Amino acid sequence: MTTVAVVGLSIVLFVLGTIAFIVKRDLLTQFMAVEIMLNAANLAFLGLARGSGRLDAQVIVFFVMTVAAAEAAVGLAIVLHIYRRKKSIKTEDLDRLRG
Amino acid sequence: MPVFVFIPLAPVLGALVLFLFGRRLPRRTISALACSTIAAAFVFSVAAFINLLSTAASGQNILTYKLFTWISAGAFRADAAFRFDPLAAVMVLVVTGVGLLIHVYSVGYMSRERDYGRYFACLNLFTFAMLLLVLADNLVFMFVGWEGVGLCSYLLIGYWFEKPSAADAGKKAFLVNRIGDAGFLLGILFLWTAAGTTSFFSLEIAVAGSVIAPSLATLSAVLLFIGAAGKSAQIPLYIWLPDAMEGPTPVSALIHAATMVTAGVYMVARLNPLYSFSPAAGQIVAFVGALTAVYAGTIALVQNDIKRVLAYSTISQLGYMFLGCGVGAYAAGVFHLFTHAFFKSLLFLAAGSVIHALSGEQDLRRMGGLKKYLPRTYPVFLVGALVIAGVPFLSGFFSKDAILVSAFARGQWFVGILGLAGAVLTAFYMFRLIFLAFFGNERFPAEVKSHIHESPAVMTRPLAVLAFLSIVAGFTGLPAVLGKRANLFSRFLEPVVRPAAEGNLSLGAEWTLILASAACAAVGIWLAYLFYVRNTALPGRWAARLPRIYRLLGRGYYVDEIYGAIVVNPLVRGADAVYRRFDLGIIDAAVDGTGRAAGYFGKAAGLVQTGWIKDYALAVLFGLVIFLGVLLF
Repeated sequence: MTTVAVVGLSIVLFVLGTIAFIVKRDLLTQFMAVEIMLNAANLAFLGLARGSGRLDAQVIVFFVMTVAAAEAAVGLAIVLHIYRRKKSIKTEDLDRLRG
Repeated sequence: MPVFVFIPLAPVLGALVLFLFGRRLPRRTISALACSTIAAAFVFSVAAFINLLSTAASGQNILTYKLFTWISAGAFRADAAFRFDPLAAVMVLVVTGVGLLIHVYSVGYMSRERDYGRYFACLNLFTFAMLLLVLADNLVFMFVGWEGVGLCSYLLIGYWFEKPSAADAGKKAFLVNRIGDAGFLLGILFLWTAAGTTSFFSLEIAVAGSVIAPSLATLSAVLLFIGAAGKSAQIPLYIWLPDAMEGPTPVSALIHAATMVTAGVYMVARLNPLYSFSPAAGQIVAFVGALTAVYAGTIALVQNDIKRVLAYSTISQLGYMFLGCGVGAYAAGVFHLFTHAFFKSLLFLAAGSVIHALSGEQDLRRMGGLKKYLPRTYPVFLVGALVIAGVPFLSGFFSKDAILVSAFARGQWFVGILGLAGAVLTAFYMFRLIFLAFFGNERFPAEVKSHIHESPAVMTRPLAVLAFLSIVAGFTGLPAVLGKRANLFSRFLEPVVRPAAEGNLSLGAEWTLILASAACAAVGIWLAYLFYVRNTALPGRWAARLPRIYRLLGRGYYVDEIYGAIVVNPLVRGADAVYRRFDLGIIDAAVDGTGRAAGYFGKAAGLVQTGWIKDYALAVLFGLVIFLGVLLF
């Protein structure tokens, strides 16, 4: 029962993160949305690990957290750099890759 | 290896060295190399000739040597093989002998030219190709030499290629010869289908055994004659030869008078069994030759360029040779080829000496009175003119007479009379040239006069040798009235050129004919004297009275214009239309279209790339949904 609840919560969190990523228009908020999605995934891992009683998933969670930390460092550096160049972090101002 | 195999070797080595290193070698080395290779070829030729005389005594007068099998495809075979027989011996001696004299002359004539090495390289290569043509044992191998001399002719006509007229003349010669060569090639193929061989020896056997269908024999003989007409400048393919005079004068002498242009005559004589087998083809050859002889003679009457007079004269004399071959008197045709090689190269080289003296002037209207300025050129020029005019006891008289006698003896009255008319024309235009150039008022400007000088010995000595040969060469082929055995020349050729059926000309008739042709020469010279010495106002008055005819002859019957209108222009316009419609409209459009299509496709695909993160995120989401959907269901 708890496994289903935990996985259900993780799905809700993931969907919210996705919607936030698509709807929001500044990079920092989108960044936070990505973090929410990552943590939703972590939550799912943990819930399922608990249900099955295996440890592998918990190990993966640590990996995910490490990667998320590295990603946050690189991502924030990029955002900062964009701000320095453009004086803005609104996504509609960032269209230099248009074909 | 028999000695004749070595004849072409030296010239090709010389050509190779000169083409590779000609730019870096000093002039003296180039001259020495070029002349010594031809001298070596000449020595080999003489040795081979003597050898042939000795083997002929024991009955073996056709020597062959196979180098290697060149083409072997199914039933078709062609060997790289040489054949040395009396006919080839005569040609080889003429090519290397006259060639040597002209090489020596060129050392003086071309001494001021910048591109000295290229000139002698081409000249050596030409000699090699001509020897290949002459010595070939089959038609296919002969074709190699045939094309080789055509190439060298093109290269040397366009020697001064910076001059557009020279470059155009070279192109014209090449293209017109191409038409003839197509005929030649077709002739070889038909002959092969008919006889299954291209070697001269087997062809002779096939013809003698009547293995060949007469219709196919006639067809291939006529096609081969088209090739001969191209190479030897006969109607209707003669138009390139007058323009070929753009080349250096020694080239005109060697290639466009003495050797290459006679290749067609040589080929017809070489295939004499075929042409005797097919009377229709022989008749065509005789008619074309006789018509050309008179036709070119009439054009020569009014030309003002000294070299053009000689060019039309060459066309006319080649016509005589074909006339002889056409009526079956192959030995007489080749005899005229032999003597013509001497006196026509003499005339060309002497004309070159005149041009040299006048700082490049070629127009007869700006010459005159040169007799006292050119004491060594004038006598040899006069000898050349007397010989070609057919003055008795000189070589031109004997050879021309041999042809005419054969024509009448075989009942070919029409071509015979054309030949006699041509003889009057020859004497007239040649002495017109002599009188205009060497007699009368000096019509050149004072500046040219201050530069007049006799040519150096390296040029006048070959002239003297040629003059001597022009006088005495005729005594090798004395007419039959002096005894059946008097004609050494045709007796020597007998193993190759079977004497045709004896004509039924009585001794008296033959004497009459000899006197008639001597009279023709006298009439021509007398008329020229009347027009250009006695009463110099006469030519102008005649030209004014018959302006149409004068202009018609001066422009060579407008043949260049007619060919331009019916052949060249339609071709050029057709090619232009194809270029515009097909090349630009279809090929180029297709290529450009491919490029442009890729561009459009890129533009369209680029619309997906908005540059907005949101859109990419949505795309990823959709991708994920689809992926999951596929995975789950």
